[in-house]
Amino acid sequence: MTRFLLPLGAFALLVVVLIVGLRHAPEKDIIPSPLIGKSAPQFSLHNLFEGRPEVGNVALRGRWSLVNVWGTWCFECKAEHEALLFIKREGKVPIIGIDWKDNDADAQSWLEQLGNPYDAVGTDHDGRVAIDWGVYGAPESFLISPEGKIVEKRVGAMTPQIWQQKFLPHLQAAIGPGGL
Amino acid sequence: MLPTALCAWVALMLALPAYAVDNVPPLPNAQLQQRYYQLTHELRCMQCQNEALADSPVGLAADLRLQVRELLIAGQTDEQIRQHMVDRYGEFILFRPRMSWRNAWLWGAPVVLMLLGVMVAWRVIRSRSQLVDAEEADPNAESLNS
Repeated sequence: MTRFLLPLGAFALLVVVLIVGLRHAPEKDIIPSPLIGKSAPQFSLHNLFEGRPEVGNVALRGRWSLVNVWGTWCFECKAEHEALLFIKREGKVPIIGIDWKDNDADAQSWLEQLGNPYDAVGTDHDGRVAIDWGVYGAPESFLISPEGKIVEKRVGAMTPQIWQQKFLPHLQAAIGPGGL
Repeated sequence: MLPTALCAWVALMLALPAYAVDNVPPLPNAQLQQRYYQLTHELRCMQCQNEALADSPVGLAADLRLQVRELLIAGQTDEQIRQHMVDRYGEFILFRPRMSWRNAWLWGAPVVLMLLGVMVAWRVIRSRSQLVDAEEADPNAESLNS
């Protein structure tokens, strides 16, 4: 009897390892950002709209905000646009846009046609700021605390569900459910 | 009949030159170029994930190659440049993962499994050889053979 115990135990262990692996499988595509919990990278970009102030860390200080990296060339960005407009209507955080390697005129007409969810949009023509933020696939969204720390990150299209399940709880935990 | 040599010459003239993916301007000296070559081959393209920075036609890879070039010219060491990338994209960007306490078990597991295997094999061999000894010592077993 005991001679079967060891192989059986080894098999049971293997099953546990595989089940844990399978359960985490959907997260495997997402590469954890080393920036979470750290201060948002220093940046300063020209405003997409002429005559408006530069867009940089000053825009993030002292309040919760959502930084969204997008571009008119990015297919998924169109898919998430509705969700960004939803977050704007909800009015809990301002959205700061980083227009990644894009053409200004295209970006302006895109916002004119689809609606503008952004409080301010900075233009990252050469993609340097995106690299500092560790961006590898637009759209990407970062939740920034009032202290300027990156609290949460989403790679891929934002949806109202993800916003409510992954992002809002951070605000609620910090401010309290009555504060929002 | 058209001479073969002429045909070959025409074909050669019509052939399009092969374009390299990497369009980053060359570095000022061979030593830096060599380091650039090595770094862009051991850093991962984050968008395609199984390609090296050097081989990827993706826009982000081109931007990162340009940054590697700039950091090399700025006089940073290979390790500083690797760290620059890891700070932004995490260790995933390195094709050769670093040793750390978090992944130590991964490096140690083969050694542990090997030792375990040797121990099991040792015990099996010993118990089997004892079985043979016992058989030889048994006079009844001998009579059966003859």
